[in-house]
Amino acid sequence: MRYMLLIYNNLALYEGWPEQDRQALFAEVDAIMTELRETGELVDTAGLADPSVTRTVRVREGVVTTTDGPFAESKEQFAGYLTVDCDTPERAEEIAARWPDARYFAMEVRPVMQPSGDEM
Amino acid sequence: MTTFGVGPPAPAEDLLRELAPQVLGTLIRRYGRFDECEDAVQEALLAAVVQWPAQGVPAHPRSWLITVASRRLVDQWRADSARRNREVTDALMTPSHAAAAPAADSDEVAADDDTLTLLLLCCHPDLPEASRIALTLRAVGGLTTAEIARAFLVSEPTMAQRISRAKQQLKSAGARFEDPPPVERARVDVLHVLYLIFNEGYTATSGPGLHRVELTAEAIRLARVVRRLLPEDGEVAGLLALMLLTDARRPARCGPDGNVIPLEEQDRTLWDRTAIREGISLISRSLTAAMLGPYQLQAAIAAVHAEARQAPDTDWRQILALYLLLERFTPTPVVRLNRAVATAMVHGPQAGLDLLTSVEADPRTATYHRLAAVRAHMLDMAGDFEAAQRNYLLAARRTTSLPERRYLELRATRAGAKRQQ
Repeated sequence: MRYMLLIYNNLALYEGWPEQDRQALFAEVDAIMTELRETGELVDTAGLADPSVTRTVRVREGVVTTTDGPFAESKEQFAGYLTVDCDTPERAEEIAARWPDARYFAMEVRPVMQPSGDEM
Repeated sequence: MTTFGVGPPAPAEDLLRELAPQVLGTLIRRYGRFDECEDAVQEALLAAVVQWPAQGVPAHPRSWLITVASRRLVDQWRADSARRNREVTDALMTPSHAAAAPAADSDEVAADDDTLTLLLLCCHPDLPEASRIALTLRAVGGLTTAEIARAFLVSEPTMAQRISRAKQQLKSAGARFEDPPPVERARVDVLHVLYLIFNEGYTATSGPGLHRVELTAEAIRLARVVRRLLPEDGEVAGLLALMLLTDARRPARCGPDGNVIPLEEQDRTLWDRTAIREGISLISRSLTAAMLGPYQLQAAIAAVHAEARQAPDTDWRQILALYLLLERFTPTPVVRLNRAVATAMVHGPQAGLDLLTSVEADPRTATYHRLAAVRAHMLDMAGDFEAAQRNYLLAARRTTSLPERRYLELRATRAGAKRQQ
């Protein structure tokens, strides 16, 4: 079963940290990524650029309007994701719990829709 | 599956696929080292693909493959001097494995034993489920890593990683070729893995899932191999019959738009009659001759469905009796859910709904989308269209399958329309 782990954070917090603390954070992330590659659980991952370079596009009655900033205005932003293929939902939650952003902000564990299904 | 995309025509490909696990089994029995032998066999298969079309299939194709794979092993061990094992290398260098001479163990019995032992190893219960599946497809099925990756919708490096990890786990689990688990117990694990492979392919319907349908063919092929190895085993026959009878419905179970068509609405003239005949004959024989088990019961249920030319002709009483038996073997909420459906068909929707309350109480299935879907269907039958609509929508929200969600939303809309009338 596939899960997308959505990373929510606010980079302003980490920006105030000393360099070595930030390095420790990156090392934590690297360790998890290495593990997930080795187990073959990692399907895909990406980090997103800062919300300040985000553009939101809307179409109303055929008219396109584009504004600066993300769709959902909040202090915490959607900062990136990793898609994992795990045997159990508990394992997906365990991975989310180890991601450092979970300690300061939150991770969302979302099952990914499958292109297949059962006869019902 | 097009394991050998270019090169030999289909018969040679079939031959190679059949020989692959025998060759690998023999090599592992001789030299140990599952992963190295496996790589060597893959290379030997490639060599066959390149050479056989030009030079013709050798008189003893299995010996040919064993010889070529053994040479690859030697080359590898030579190149890796740190791991060189003088004794083994010397043994391998002796020229007695000339390609033309059939090896001493070329008789069918030894080959079959090796294939079975290899299967038991790949389905070792200490391995995670995903690893067992990948390893079985690769080592016994002879599929390439790229093909397995495509079938499971992951990238090739990801699948390669899973396979190599499975081999490591096998090594650390202490699984040795000379000492496989007893066939009687391990047979259950093997059948489970084949069942999972089949399901993985069968649930695939549309979009990127298209490649996955070939997994059902592979599962059926492997089940036939196991049946040849264990011809007296009722559960092996039962699983093969179940696969054939289920797969026979494939042409009818999916609409042109990729929607899943439920059993009762399928155009039964599209069902594969050849597969149905074989499945029914298999299950009929095994039900009278062998010890009963869950795969045989599921196959028997599939056979009852297959025998009904139209949905209303279905012998639901017989299906209900079979589910009652099946529940004794596997008392899971899922089986009870299916029994509730059969109960509703025989004794009316209220009897079915009454049975569902026991499934609802089970924390494992309380939020299971199929529970809401079955409840919706029974309410629909009972004429409570409002509650039916609500439960169809609940099921649609809970499923993680796109075609199922589309189907359940459609049923909800229909129930809503009936409510308006």
